[in-house]
Amino acid sequence: MTDKSSNEGLLGWIDARFPLTKMWDEHLAKYYAPKNFNFWYFFGSLALLVLVLQIVTGIFLTMHYKPDGDLAFISVEHIMRDVDWGWLIRYLHSTGASAFFIVVYLHMFRGLMYGSYQKPRELIWLFGMFIFLALMAEAFMGYLLPWGQMSYWGAQVIISLFGAIPVVGDDITLWIRGDFVIADATLNRFFALHVIAVPLVLLMLVVMHIIALHEVGSNNPDGVEIKKHKDENGIPLDGIPFHPYYSVKDLVGVVVFLILFSVVVFFMPEMGGYFLEHANFIPANPFKTPEHIAPVWYFTPFYAILRAIPHKLSGVIAMFAAIAVLFVLPWLDRGKVHSVRYRSNAFRWLLIMLVISFVGLGYLGALPVSEIRTYFAQLFTIGYFGFFVGIWWISKNENTKPVPERVQ
Amino acid sequence: MSSDGVDNSRRRFLTAGTVVVGAIGTAAVAVPFLKSWSPSAKARSAGAPVEADISKLEPGQQIIVKWRGKPIWVVRRDSNALATLSKVVGELRDVESNESIQPDYAKNEQRSRKPEYLIVEGICTHLGCSPTYRPEITADFQGGFFCPCHGSTFDFAGRVYSGVPAPTNLTIPPHYYINDGLILIGEDGVA
Repeated sequence: MTDKSSNEGLLGWIDARFPLTKMWDEHLAKYYAPKNFNFWYFFGSLALLVLVLQIVTGIFLTMHYKPDGDLAFISVEHIMRDVDWGWLIRYLHSTGASAFFIVVYLHMFRGLMYGSYQKPRELIWLFGMFIFLALMAEAFMGYLLPWGQMSYWGAQVIISLFGAIPVVGDDITLWIRGDFVIADATLNRFFALHVIAVPLVLLMLVVMHIIALHEVGSNNPDGVEIKKHKDENGIPLDGIPFHPYYSVKDLVGVVVFLILFSVVVFFMPEMGGYFLEHANFIPANPFKTPEHIAPVWYFTPFYAILRAIPHKLSGVIAMFAAIAVLFVLPWLDRGKVHSVRYRSNAFRWLLIMLVISFVGLGYLGALPVSEIRTYFAQLFTIGYFGFFVGIWWISKNENTKPVPERVQ
Repeated sequence: MSSDGVDNSRRRFLTAGTVVVGAIGTAAVAVPFLKSWSPSAKARSAGAPVEADISKLEPGQQIIVKWRGKPIWVVRRDSNALATLSKVVGELRDVESNESIQPDYAKNEQRSRKPEYLIVEGICTHLGCSPTYRPEITADFQGGFFCPCHGSTFDFAGRVYSGVPAPTNLTIPPHYYINDGLILIGEDGVA
């Protein structure tokens, strides 16, 4: 069928000059995905949806926003009050940022649960981790732009992290800020990075993530390779074409997601101070740190690790290590069994410990410090890193269940 | 293309030479772009010294002056505050200010030129928040400064307590007294 259509008509004309049908087939119509995808497989396509949403709303916000220390805060209020539908575009963008992290964290958890980072998908995981890193940079720099108190002091704290580097730290922070404190220069360069540089990197990484995925093929909740059993045409017996089967399934996910997303956008865009912090409705004041400063919720787990350690350099190292350790996960896990369904109980307990620690750290990171909270943050920090030590430890001789040959 | 008679070592040399020269060129081109992030001439000139009128400052009061965009505190310490400085010595991380930044004339117990007046950068040495002034002397805390971000505490001379995240004492900027009621922040003046 494709042979015929690719030779005649407009499509044929294009196909002779650009691999349109070939690409369509490779990535959608003839990309065979395992037939047993479950709930957890919605989040990849949802992440793509949120990316598009952020780019479109972001472009429209730049049409009214002014990256200037004197005008930035006012221009955001101008968008909220004077621009027709400006409030909607801004709330879509601010809610989209949080939605992005919710979706990505669930997407990453899926990967942990079903061993999607294991051989032969190490590169998919690595590209994904770089996406996560770029996303954090993007969110951090975007949060400075409204030029509120939390924008200002959040950026001050995070940039000061680099000051912990011995010898050159202070020069690096000065170089990043472009002034002796966070100032107009900082705002302007963060704007450039937020709207151009990082999105370009992000898009490129997303393409690489998907190309790598489609080269190797998707993992699944059973963690078995569907390419081991193919029919006479070379099509995996347990595979179904992504389009129309999963494009339609993902559409259901999109509808449910958009319902929940709309509820937030229209009824609770600030999410009680978690998505948009209260102190950010006060213009940036370099002379006064807010009584309580906390990052936006998606950074709080890492922030809690930073605070848990009462030593500047060690705290910074621990925080960066918490992200770095995720990169090497494919090589820490020496296990051959992918899915939690057939892995040992020890693995399940480790995974539970990781989730509790991560959520616990996220909760504590949003609260002011106290002695008891620091104690718990230290406990959860051990739990977080314990997962990675534990998985290396147990995966050598893991007591796994027999893995089925084919998808169940 | 025929590969007969190819001088491979010559080819390797030329390839390596091209790569090296190209890399040096690329690195050289990167310099202006990286340098463009340094504080501009305008930002550097805004680092000029500023005057502060302290003639109306009452004992216990704090005023904030802007220098290089940073908050500079001028605190007039009363006798009670000054008396705490020797009491808290055992609880401090850097009593002698050896690890901290200050001009030589402020490397003393009061960390100031005149014991009564503390002139200090209001930026926490941990992660750059601006601590708050806590002049009340209580049983738990001998008064000084508290950083709301990560709980670092400093005494009335801006010296850091041990067991908090901030690694060093608050920084003392260069300053001198033009006369009894006027100081200049940003210059050491003549001793």
